[in-house]
Amino acid sequence: MKPQPIALKVLNIVSVLLFLAALGMVFLYAPLEATMNYVQKIFYFHIANAWVGMLGFIAAAVAGVIYLIKHDQKWDIVELAAVEISLVFFLIAIVAGSIWARPSWGAYWTWEPRLTTAAILEMIYIAYLLLRQGIDDPDRRARFSAVYTLVGAISVPITFISIRFFRTIHPVVIGTNSAASQGSFDMTSKMLATMFFALFTFSVIFVNLFWHRIRLGQLAQQVEQLKLEELQ
Amino acid sequence: MISVKKLVKRFGLKTVLRGLDFEVQEGEFVALLGPNGAGKTTFLRILASLSRPTLGEVSVAGYRLPAQAAAVRRNLGVVSHLPLLYGDLTAEENLRFYGRIYGVLELGQRIEEVLELVGLTSRRRDLVRTFSRGMQQRLAIGRAILHNPDVLLFDEPHTGLDQDACDMLDRLLREVAGQGRTVVMTSHDLARVEDLASRFDVLSRGVIYSSVSRTGLGKNNLLDFYRQALAG
Amino acid sequence: MNNNQQTLAHKPASSFIGAIGAIVWKDLVAELRSRELLSAMLVFALLVILIFNFALELDPLTRRVATPGILWATFAFAGTLGLNRSMAVEKDRGCLDGLLLAPVDRSAIYFGKMISNLAFMLIVEVVVLPVYSVLYNTNLFNPGLIIVILLGSVGYVAVGTLLSSMAVQTRTRDVLLPILLFPVVIPILIAAVKASSGFLQGLEVTEVMPYINLLIVYDVIFIAVAYMVFDFVVEE
Repeated sequence: MKPQPIALKVLNIVSVLLFLAALGMVFLYAPLEATMNYVQKIFYFHIANAWVGMLGFIAAAVAGVIYLIKHDQKWDIVELAAVEISLVFFLIAIVAGSIWARPSWGAYWTWEPRLTTAAILEMIYIAYLLLRQGIDDPDRRARFSAVYTLVGAISVPITFISIRFFRTIHPVVIGTNSAASQGSFDMTSKMLATMFFALFTFSVIFVNLFWHRIRLGQLAQQVEQLKLEELQ
Repeated sequence: MISVKKLVKRFGLKTVLRGLDFEVQEGEFVALLGPNGAGKTTFLRILASLSRPTLGEVSVAGYRLPAQAAAVRRNLGVVSHLPLLYGDLTAEENLRFYGRIYGVLELGQRIEEVLELVGLTSRRRDLVRTFSRGMQQRLAIGRAILHNPDVLLFDEPHTGLDQDACDMLDRLLREVAGQGRTVVMTSHDLARVEDLASRFDVLSRGVIYSSVSRTGLGKNNLLDFYRQALAG
Repeated sequence: MNNNQQTLAHKPASSFIGAIGAIVWKDLVAELRSRELLSAMLVFALLVILIFNFALELDPLTRRVATPGILWATFAFAGTLGLNRSMAVEKDRGCLDGLLLAPVDRSAIYFGKMISNLAFMLIVEVVVLPVYSVLYNTNLFNPGLIIVILLGSVGYVAVGTLLSSMAVQTRTRDVLLPILLFPVVIPILIAAVKASSGFLQGLEVTEVMPYINLLIVYDVIFIAVAYMVFDFVVEE
C-alpha cells in the first residue's frame, strides 16, 4: 500500500492549522453583529460549507462528463468522491443555516430558493448513491453514475431558477444596505475578511478531503483487483 | 467471414476473455463448446455487437467491430436462449415489427416465406404468449433470418426444449445453415451438436483451447475430444 | 425457399423515422391488446385522486386552488408506473437486445420509447381530466391547461424514458425510478402547476408565459441531453 505522499501529509497539517486560524478569526477578530450577536458567527461556517458543497457539485459534474468522454475509471472515483463531499458539506451548511434561521426568521426551515434547491440536491445525491448500490458491473456503474450526474447537474440550476420565481427571504449578504430583506445585515470590512478567510480555509479542506477520498477509492480498487487475482 | 485476433474482454477488474483467436470461413458451421463461465456467451455477445471488446480486433462479415457495428448488424441474425419476442403481439406482428426495423424489402412476402419455413403459418395470428417454448424458438429463428443475414449466431438454442422440439429445431437449423450461411453456435448438448456442425471449438478459461473439424474428428467421440481438450 | 443471397452492399437498412414508427406502433398494438399498463395507470391515478380527497378535506374554494397541484401529483405518480412497465417489457424477454441488434441508431430506440410513453401518459391524462371535472364540479376544459399538460408530459417522459432505461438494468429496478426521477423533474412540476393555475384562474397569457417558457426550455434541453447520452445507457 502506497503511503501518503509528502504533499498530502503537509496538506493535512496545513488544513488543520488553517481551520484553527479561521476559528480564531471568527471568534476573536470578527466583530459582534448588532442584532444577532454570537448566533451570527455561524454564518461564516454556513457560507464556507455551502461553498465547498458547490465546489463538489461542479467537480462531480465535470468528472462525469470527462468519464463519458474518456472511459477512464479514475474519473468515476473522482466523481464519487466529489458527490460524497458535496453531500456532507451541504448537509452541514443546511443544518448550520437552520441554527441561524431559528433566532433570525423564527423558523428552522423555510421554502425559499437556496434552501429548497439544496434539499433537492441532497435528494439527487442520495438517489445517485442508491443507483450505484444497485449495479454490480463497474463499467455500467460508472456510465450510469456519470449520466445521472449530468442530468442532475443540468436540472439543479434550472430548479433554482424556477423556484426563484417565488419571493425569497434568504438574506442577500453582500452589498445591499436595505433593511427591506428581513434578516439581512451589513458586513463590515472585518467581517468580509473573516468570511473570505473562512472560504479559503474550507477550500483547502475540500482539496484535502477530496485527495484523501480519491486515494481511498483507488486503494479500494486495488483491493478488488487483488481479491480477483487470488480467486483466479 | 469472422475474424477475431487477440480478443480481450474485461468487466471492471475481471478478465473473461484473454487474447482469444478465432477464424471462421464462409459457410462453416462452428460449434462452440465449453464449461459454464468459460466466456461463451460473452464472446457471442461481442460477435453480435452487443458488447464492446476491451482489446483486440474483431471483424464480422467483413466489417470491423465496434467501429462498423451497424453494418455488421445488417448481416447478422441472433438467436439466444431468451426468445426476443413480444408476448402480446402475434407471430406475424412480431415478424412485421422486426422486418420494419431491419428495413426488409417486400416484407409481406418475406414474412410468408419465413412463416412457412419455420412451420408456423397456421399460428400466425396467435399471440406469442400462447406459444410453447419450442414454437417460440422456431419463431425466433424466423426473426433471425428475416433480413437474410449471412452470419447466424445461436446461443444455446436447445435450452428448455423437449426431444421433439429439439429434433424440429435441428431440422430447421440444418435447413437454415444449408443456405450457405456461416453459423456459430454455443451448446452444452454434445450429441446434438455432433450431427450439426462442421467444426468444433472448445472455449475454456477465456481462450480457444482446441479446435477440430468434423473430418478431423473422424470416428472419434466428440465427448472424448471435449474432455481431452479441457484436461489439457 | 429463397436461395438467393443478397450481396453485402445491397442489404437494406431501415430509416431512422421508420424505426421510431415501428417501435411506437409495436408498443401501441401490444398495449391496446393487453391493456395492462393503461389499466394499471388509470386505476392508480383515480386512486390517488381519491386519496387526496380524503387526505385534504377541502372546501370548494381551497380545492380550486389545490386542483393543479393534485392533478400534477397524480400524473407524476401514475407516470412512473407507465415508465417502469414500458421498459420492463423490453428487459424481461431480452427484447432490448433485439432492439439493439437492429441496424438503427440507438437514439431511434430512445425516441420510439419516449413517444409511446408519452402516448400512454396522454391517454391517462385525457381520462383523468373529465373524471376530475365531474367529481369536483370544476371545468377543466381549458385550452391553456391542455397545452401545459402536453408540454409538462413531454418533459417528464423525456427524462423518464432515459432514467427508466437505467433503472431497469439495476437490481433495485422499479423502486429506483421515482427516486431518480422526482428530484430532477421538479422544474416541470413547478412550472406546470403555476401555469395550470394561471390558466384556470383566467390570468392573462403574458403572466403565464414565463412558466410556459420554462417548460419549453426544459423540454428542449432534456430531449437534447437524453439524445446525446442514451448510447451510454444501452451500449455495453
